[in-house]
Amino acid sequence: MASIKINNLGKVYAGDVRAVEDINLDIADGEFIVLVGPSGCGKSTLLRMIAGLETITEGDLFIGDKRVNGLEPAERDIAMVFQNYALYPHMTVYNNLAYGLKNRGFPKDEIEKRVQETAKMLEIEQFLDRKPRALSGGQRQRVAMGRALVREPAAFLLDEPLSNLDAKLRVQMRLEIKQLQRRLKTTSLYVTHDQLEAMTLGDRLVVLNQGNIEQVGSPIDVYNRPESLFVAEFIGSPSMNLFSQADLDGPTNENAAKHLPEGTDILGLRPDQLLFEAPDTPHIRLDCKVALYEPAGAESHLYLILNSNGQHVTMRVHGEPPVHEGGDISIYAPVSAVHPFNSTSGRRTD
Amino acid sequence: MQTKKMTFNHRWLPYLLLAPQVIITIIFFIWPASQALYQSLLRQDAFGFRTTFVWFDNFQRLFVDDLYVNSLKVTLIFAVGTTLLSMSVALLFAVMVNKMIRSRDAYTTFLVWPYAVAPAIAGVLWWFIFNPSIGILPYALDMFGINWNHRSNGDQAMLLVIIAAAWKQISYNFLFFLAGLQSVPHSLIEAAAIDGAGRVKRFWTIVFPLLSPITFFLMVVNVVYAMFDTFGVIHATTEGGPAQATNILVYKVYRDGFVGMNLGSSAAQSVILMAIVVVLTVIQFRFIERRVNY
Repeated sequence: MASIKINNLGKVYAGDVRAVEDINLDIADGEFIVLVGPSGCGKSTLLRMIAGLETITEGDLFIGDKRVNGLEPAERDIAMVFQNYALYPHMTVYNNLAYGLKNRGFPKDEIEKRVQETAKMLEIEQFLDRKPRALSGGQRQRVAMGRALVREPAAFLLDEPLSNLDAKLRVQMRLEIKQLQRRLKTTSLYVTHDQLEAMTLGDRLVVLNQGNIEQVGSPIDVYNRPESLFVAEFIGSPSMNLFSQADLDGPTNENAAKHLPEGTDILGLRPDQLLFEAPDTPHIRLDCKVALYEPAGAESHLYLILNSNGQHVTMRVHGEPPVHEGGDISIYAPVSAVHPFNSTSGRRTD
Repeated sequence: MQTKKMTFNHRWLPYLLLAPQVIITIIFFIWPASQALYQSLLRQDAFGFRTTFVWFDNFQRLFVDDLYVNSLKVTLIFAVGTTLLSMSVALLFAVMVNKMIRSRDAYTTFLVWPYAVAPAIAGVLWWFIFNPSIGILPYALDMFGINWNHRSNGDQAMLLVIIAAAWKQISYNFLFFLAGLQSVPHSLIEAAAIDGAGRVKRFWTIVFPLLSPITFFLMVVNVVYAMFDTFGVIHATTEGGPAQATNILVYKVYRDGFVGMNLGSSAAQSVILMAIVVVLTVIQFRFIERRVNY
């Protein structure tokens, strides 16, 4: 159990390639942090730096009260779950779990006790004698988790642990990981590019882009109030509609513009914030054509094309909407729902 | 196992297509091998006038012949020594080259080069290097007070042929070990590092066990190499001497048959040699099936 403190952390590769820049983050003891971002944003590099698998070229890293910059991975008291699980193929599940304990010189009966307890918790007791190749994907995933849990480390680091599983199993394991973390209260860092995983798992999200932190906050805060254009587009599915101020004409929109903060030239609207009828408050009006109607059960997605510039607009509706494909439609949104951004800075303006 | 069934339009076409391989096998393997089997049951007098059928007398005589029993021992030492030396050095090189990033290809090329050298030429090279009167190594060893003369010292002669034979095989083993090392997933090493295993421990508990299929394969290949393909090395360096110290089975077959002209005994020896290698291969492959991972 430990907190993790990251001060001005950076990673520069030979040839002045910056993978991670000036990261500052305080992780409380027992917190579940999700690092999320697109491929190449530096999230895995950051995790591997914390694990000790990549050298730290700038800044300081503290686990507990100890500065661990120069320490070997084994000395940092962390455990890691790899994307491909990295189970030792020539060892039984039991030995896979026991390996780390043996290396640390635990007595035999203590190893036995811990392995059995962990196996029981993850429901893999009946596989202890098997080799990893005789296990299914989900079972291997559990063993990989078990190998991390059995050592009772100060922190768990998970590098896209679910991305090799099929969709159904992924949802199930996601829930189990969350429950497990709630129960054990071990500080955890979880890397993913899947924003659904990020939203559902984390106490706090860290959204990364090009080696920089874009935003840190609880999933719901990040969703409700994205601080930058990048976060606005990245978090939420279907993703937020972004309109350029210049493409919104007509008296209604000109009036609405007066109520937006200064410097706003990009307006963001989530697909579920769009309405068929104009509200009484100042609002945005979008004249569109219906391109496609996609019923998905409880909710449906409408794909529209904005008349003024041909831009695609996604709208989320409940029930059956009063439209037909190819028809004209006007949709509205109250100014209060607009996420205002400035295109030059890429930041939020309110 | 899956079998593919192929249908030919013409009845004789498959036989025709197989013919070249079958003919070559018959001419260069089946026929000489059966000749050897037959000859091993015959005995000729010293002048080659008479040949008598003696059943297994040639074999019986071999196993009470001190020279032959000695040759068995010498072969065992030579095969084990060559295999151990060439495989351990190759593994060491492979591990070191695998750590390199930029110069890996260059080193790989240089390390593979010796494999292209013919055994006899390699033998001559070593003959020069170790030559007690003009060689560089005896000269250097002399400075340390070691007197090198493999012409009179049997142990030194054995060491020489083992080094010469192993040297050539290192390249081959190196390539396989390097490929094996590169196929070990990097995340396994990282996982082991996090699990508290140091460099040396990681190698022996993770990497080396994962190399076991390659190690066993190379063991078979190397033992067979040491027993059969080292004729050139022996012939060019020690010629089986001094005093039978390096007279391995395959060289003794040649000496007794073509120098001593005792064809019956020579044939019997080659039959035994063939049997030994067959048995070795079978045992080792059985072993592989049980022990090897993946």
